[in-house]
Formats: sequence, C-alpha cells, structure tokens
Amino acid sequence: MKTVGITVNGESHSAEVEPRQLLVYFLREQLGLTGTVVGCDTSSCGSCTVLVDGESVKSCTMLAVQADGHEVTTIEGIGSPGDLHPVQQAFHEQHGLQCGFCTPGMVMATISLLEESPSPSNEEIRHALEGNLCRCTGYVNIVKAVKAAATA
Amino acid sequence: MATTEAETYIGKPVPRKEDAKLLTGQSRFIDDMQVMGMVWASIVRSPYAHAKINRVDVTAARESEGVVAAFSGADLADDWAATLPCVWLVTEDTKQPMHRPLATDKVRYQGDGVAVVIAESRAQAKDAAELVEVDYEELPAVIDPEAALADDAPILHDDLGTNHCFTWKLEGGDVEGVFGSAPVTVKERYRQQRLIPNAIEPRGVIATYEPALDEYTLWSATQIPHILRFWLAIVLGVPEARLRVVAPDVGGGFGSKLNVYAEEALALVLAKRIGRPVKWTEERSEGYLATIHGRDQWQEMEYAADEDGKIRGVRAKLVVGLGAYLQLVTAGTPILGGWVYGGPYDVEAYSLEVIGAFTTATPTDAYRGAGRPEATFLIERTMDALARKLEMDPAELRRKNFITEFPYTLASGLTIDSGDFVGALDRALEMAGYEELRKEQAERRAAGDTKELGIGFSTYTEMCGLAPSRILGAILYAAGGWDAATVRCLPTGSVEVFIGTSPHGQGHVTTFSQIVAERLGVPIDQVEVIHGDTTAMQLGLDTYGSRSLAVGGIALYNAAEKVIAKARDVVAHKLEVSGDDLEYDNGTFKVAGTDKAMTVRDAALHAFTAHDLPDGMEPGLEATFVYDPPNFSWPGGAHICVVEVDTETGAIDLRQYVAVDEIGNVINPTIVDGQIHGGITQGIAQALWEEAIYDEDGNLTTGSMLSYLVPSAAETIDYELDRVNAPSPTNPLGVKGVGETGTIASTPAVINAVVDALSPYGVTDVTMPAKPENVWRALQEGGAK
Repeated sequence: MKTVGITVNGESHSAEVEPRQLLVYFLREQLGLTGTVVGCDTSSCGSCTVLVDGESVKSCTMLAVQADGHEVTTIEGIGSPGDLHPVQQAFHEQHGLQCGFCTPGMVMATISLLEESPSPSNEEIRHALEGNLCRCTGYVNIVKAVKAAATA
Repeated sequence: MATTEAETYIGKPVPRKEDAKLLTGQSRFIDDMQVMGMVWASIVRSPYAHAKINRVDVTAARESEGVVAAFSGADLADDWAATLPCVWLVTEDTKQPMHRPLATDKVRYQGDGVAVVIAESRAQAKDAAELVEVDYEELPAVIDPEAALADDAPILHDDLGTNHCFTWKLEGGDVEGVFGSAPVTVKERYRQQRLIPNAIEPRGVIATYEPALDEYTLWSATQIPHILRFWLAIVLGVPEARLRVVAPDVGGGFGSKLNVYAEEALALVLAKRIGRPVKWTEERSEGYLATIHGRDQWQEMEYAADEDGKIRGVRAKLVVGLGAYLQLVTAGTPILGGWVYGGPYDVEAYSLEVIGAFTTATPTDAYRGAGRPEATFLIERTMDALARKLEMDPAELRRKNFITEFPYTLASGLTIDSGDFVGALDRALEMAGYEELRKEQAERRAAGDTKELGIGFSTYTEMCGLAPSRILGAILYAAGGWDAATVRCLPTGSVEVFIGTSPHGQGHVTTFSQIVAERLGVPIDQVEVIHGDTTAMQLGLDTYGSRSLAVGGIALYNAAEKVIAKARDVVAHKLEVSGDDLEYDNGTFKVAGTDKAMTVRDAALHAFTAHDLPDGMEPGLEATFVYDPPNFSWPGGAHICVVEVDTETGAIDLRQYVAVDEIGNVINPTIVDGQIHGGITQGIAQALWEEAIYDEDGNLTTGSMLSYLVPSAAETIDYELDRVNAPSPTNPLGVKGVGETGTIASTPAVINAVVDALSPYGVTDVTMPAKPENVWRALQEGGAK
C-alpha cells in the first residue's frame, strides 16, 4: 500500500491506496464520490472525466498514486442542485442529457474545453468532445448546451 | 374557497425534473450503491465459442486471498427451478433449449459463463476468477445463420438435434396471383449486421437475502423490474411475493436491459447460499459478450408492381441469427416487424417467412426498434431498387403508394388508426430543398466531381406501444401488454403518482408530471412520480417498444380521470349541488352561473378527514387504472439524408439530415426531440460505423469500445426536425410512441443516399456498415461508369 495526499474538490485527503488502484475507483470507493462513473474498460467513453490541476483527464487512465500531490475536481465539486455551475445549467436548459450516465464526464470535459477556448465553433465543440460518448442524445443538444454555456 | 388560474403543461417544453441529481453527481446508479456486508462476484467465461466442458476446478480460486466462495455451473445446477425464460416462443413448435445461468455440459458462445467466484473486493474476485481451471474440448463454431442451417453444421444443442429454432409465416391476400400477374418485379437481398447496444452504463446487480423473512431483494440496472420479478420467481422457484426488484437510476437501455439475465438469477442464489449481499458489475468488454446483441439477419424482398409503380404485393424472407440461447425476446424480436413489411404503402398481397437459427454467438434480442428497423431497411432499400428499375423519382414512387385513408387494414391483418405519410414527405422535401439538391447532384455528375452527392429517403410506419393483450395472446406472447398507474392526492396538497413503466433516460418523471399537474390543476413541482420498485408499485409491465406514454401514460391519464370523478362527488356533496351542475377545468370545480367553486386539492383534504363525505364513500382520494390498449400505436414519417461520397477514398460525409415525424400529440416537445435525435444517431451508426464481427472460430473480434465504433460528437451532425400530426383516435391523449422512430427510419435513408450517390457507377448496394472499405468494394464491383 502507498500513502497519497490528494486534494479533491478543495479538500485534502491522505489515504492508503493499492499501487494498482485507478484514480476513478479511489474517488468512487474510497471517497464515496460516485458522480464520476465508469462506462468502459478501454478509456474510450469518457464517463469518468475529471479535472486534474484544471485539465480534463479520464480518471480510469490514471493511477491514484499518480494524483499524489495534485488537485482533482469532480462533478460534485462544481455546483449543487440549488446552485448549478453555468455548464450544468446549460445542459439542463438545452436538454443535453437523458439517462445522465455520461453527463458528469461530459460536463467536466466541457468545462475544460471552455477554459481553453471560451467561444468554440460547433466544429470545435464536436471535436473537443470526441472522447466522451453519449448513447442517448445524439449529441445535438449537447453541442447546443456547450454553445449556450460559452455565451452564459 | 379562493381559486387561482391553474397552469397548463401538456404540449409545453417543461424543463426536466430528473436533471438536478444527474447533473450534480447525486444519482444512484447500481454501481454507486453499497450494502453492508456486501461481497463481489466475478464470472468465469468461456474463451471458446463452442466446446465441451470436461472439468471445472475452482479449488485454487477458493484458496485465493479474500475469496468467500466459488462455484462451477455443475455446483449450482440444482438451484434452478426453470430455464432462463423466453417470453415469446413464436410458433407452437419453437425449440427452446435449456439455458442455465452457468453452463454445465457445453459452452455455446464466447462469454458463456462456466463458474463464479465471490470475494471481499472487486479486485480479489477478479484475480481469483483467473485461477479457475477449465478443461475444454473445443468444437467447431458457426456464426452465419444460413450456415448454421446447413446439413453439416455443428449442432449447438445436441438434444434438439438441429440449429433450426422456428419458421414463422404470415400471409394475406392473393400472393401467388399478384406475383404471377404483375408486369414488374424486383428482388433484393441484404445483410443486417450484428450490433452491440452500448448503453453507456454497463449492467450490474446487487442481491440480498433475509433468512428470517425468507425474502429476496434485487437491485438491477434493468428496464423491466416487474417482468424480472415474475420470471426470476419462476427461475428460482420462490414465491413472487417474497421477491422485490428495484431499478435504481438506470443509464440507458435500448433493449439491452430488457432481459432476464444469468447474473440476475445467479446473484440471488449466491446471496442465499453465502448469506451476504452479492454485487456484480459488468465490465464493458465483458458486456460485449454477456449482454444481448441486436439485428443479425439475411433479408430477401420481392415487390410485385404495375408499370406505373403501384406496388401490389410484397414477399419477404428473413434468416435470423439467434445466437446460442433464447433470451427473453430472442425469438420474437424479428417477428415484432412481422406485420409491417408493407411499410406505409397500400399493398394488397403480403407474405413473410422468418426462420430462426441458433449460432455460436451471443444471443440477439430486442435492440432499439427490435424487428422494425430491419423491416424498414428492407422495404425502403427495395423501394429504391424498384425506383431504379422503373426510372422513377424515389419520392414520387413512394407518394404513389402511400396509404392515405385511415383507419387502414393492412394485408398483414393489423389496422393503422391514423397517419399522414403524404404530409410528412411533402414537408421533408421542402425542408431539404429537394429540387435544388437534384440540380446540384446533376451538376456535380456533369463536372466529373469526385465527391458525389446522394439523396436518400426513408418513409416509414411502425407498430409500437406494446400492446393489446388479446393480440399478444393470439400471437403466442406469454404475457399481456397493459400498464398501470396510481394517482394519490395527499391531504397537504401534493400528489403522488406511481407508474408501472420504468424509465432510464426517457424523462417519464417530467412527462407524466405534466399530464397529472394539468389534469388535477396542481403545480408541477407538487407532483411526485415514483417508479422502478415492485414494492411501491406492484402493477406494471415496464419500458420498451415505445410503450410508456402510449400505454402507461394513458393508464395515468385515466387514473387522474377517476380521481376527478370521485372529487366531483366530494365537491358536489360539500357545495350541496348535483355533480352534473359542476363544471371542471384544470383542477377546479365551479357551480355553473355562481361564484361557488372548489379545487381537487380541497376535495383531497375533505376526502382525507372524511368528516363530511357522502354516505358509503370510501375516504381518501386515490385511484388506480390498468389500461389495455385497443390497438398498437402507429407513428410514421419521412426522413431524408444527404451525403457526399468521395469516390476516390470511399469516405462518406453526412451533409444534411431531415426528419419529419408523425407521432400524434406531443406532451413535451423538448423530450420528444431528444428521443428522435438519439434514435436517428443509432440508426445512422448502423448504416455507417457499427458492426459486431466474429471470426470463423467464433471469437468476437470487435471485443471492446476500441474496435466497435460507437459514434462521438465528431462523427455526427445536427438534424433538422419537424412534425406533422394525425393524433391517435384510439387513446384520449391522441399520443403515439416515439422512442424508436429515429432508429427505425434512419438506417435506410443513409444507405439509400450512399447508393444514390454511387448509382452512376453501377452501384446498387453497399454492405453495412458503409465504411470506406465497403464503399470502395462496392465501387469496384459496380462496374464502369
């Protein structure tokens, strides 16, 4: 076991982890932050996307020990039902989610995109989100939501 | 008592009530849940498509760190009171093989379970599963359904002695006469490739057993908690009343969670054997093997037509790859399209033959559209073949053949209650700018442009809203097609609604709240919709086949009407008038010609206190309605796809997609648009990208999301939607289903567009998915320009 110090949503955590522990399972099973979900085993779907030091990362591609000393932001850290983050609000208003399983990852990827490119074109949005799969929406309203969030 | 004008909700784009928890990571999907004392199950699966099991040794696994127990299929063989079920054995002589949750004698597809290991952690269970030793004696695989029917094919189920499962036939009208006399015929043959549904949430279960009560609880990522409870009680041989099934938040289904799976039965049996709660979560690549697939058909279609393009007869034959076993609707899935192989067209003679064959592959079952995408593809592709033969414009050929008078009884025997196929096509042509597109196409061809423009049509109808119980009985389906709802007006003014449908992304909480809030005149946030728990709502037949609004929504509407009827009696008594003197509008009863009024909410309080109710009236204001639809629901419409095909590389660019759908009245247009967007995307994905491929040894070579192309935002485009409306006359809301229309319509629109683009090169078909290689091959085989 290894001891790691990871700041998650502004709160510092010191924990014992197995060296093979993926960051996503550290978040889900050790910290109980189940908003970050697992949709595949090949880092294809992006459902587990979080921010590490502000950059979007698929948390199934990173070991918990690699996050030692870093700051992680998950879906739980950006807004709450009564006080949604502008990107969450835009997904709600544009109907950018149906079953909602891919949504936390999609929202985190969008936050990262808008940090890098505050007013992306539709084309840019579609390419920036190609690592995040959604099976419900056909992406039409997700693209609209990202657009709306960019102008919010 | 004072009243205020109640808000109306039906038909409005009300924002979803479901979103807040889903957007903030506070949802509860199955893998988010833990139960005290819980252990993890990992399943050992066959690496072979077909093999005899000589020996399974779990000794080493049992000794591995953290392991609680390990069982082979033989260890558990006596725990099953019945085979895993198939709800629809489509003919009297359909062959149903024994299907135990773990195989005992043979494995019959790659992924067939042979043993299970239970350990304290997910990782320990997985580690120990690798220590299970299995001695397999490999047997030959057979993947193609036609090959499986050959005399020398390897037989999957030795006791059946054949891979032939059923032959189902339906005929209407004078088929021989029409085909014998028709001046024009066309005959086409197509392949419907295998697809993997890919709900983004993998499946998972948690099972508990309470010895003192002899009670089981199963939480499962399922579309069908009610059906699951019924069948699992039979598989386990336990009283249904002692089994509770809960569907928590469920992350998409598309048919893949419409089943009674081995892992659901296993978890319950293991929870009892071990005395601890058991959890299993599917890994994605595991799911590619262990969760049902869709499609897998060889299709043939003949049209008999007059020289002016009027179609007189259709004759179709399907050979369907069922996979290794019959899952819940494996045999019935192709038959769900069985009545609509005439499409939205006026056809006097109808003949369909469907043959099901066992193959050494994952079972196929209902995947979004289930039988109707296959039907629409065959109809619409053959329609274009006829247009080419007659040198007619494909839009005009369709227009010539549309059903225009309703109700219309199909030659297959069912009756379409309403529709507007002509209106949908006209609107779609206008939106697409059809004449301009044809002009551009001609110009490009004349200029020798290497990027050819293609315009593809799909005009469709489908039968959904499953389903009238009497018809289901007549076609040998083992259950009914009704659904149920309870509306309970609470004394403090809010309303509890219990529904028998089980949403997993469709927005039932919002849509159903809209119906109740408007009819009872309560604010929408005062309506609470409860679903997915067989203890909260015992009555229900769940969510699939675009049935939730067209069946469950009507049950709910009628339950609300029963509440209003009782409230009328309460109010009449309180106001000392006759019930007939009360006018009802959005939650308020008014005495005609006076200022006397009372709301349903006030009546709920009076019904609760019961201080002053009419003699003999039961206290409380609550009603349940079980609704059995008199007919299927018949959506339809016209989709147009425009593509650019690069004749040098075979690459296809989606340029425009227009969908004009006729789905009856709409409760929430935003939610409906979302359903159509997602449906279209899945249909386009079949046309262009997705395919489950097995090699000749039966290995699934598209075994993960790396090799099976689920489209992302980068591959897809925005769609242009509109609607025409022909409300269903068979239900009081005038609604139809919408969950599957996009998938049913879109696949042939795309392929018709690709073939249209390449028609100058002699191309008449492109194998799906139309990846560049397949387009290139079609160009090579098409002959010279």
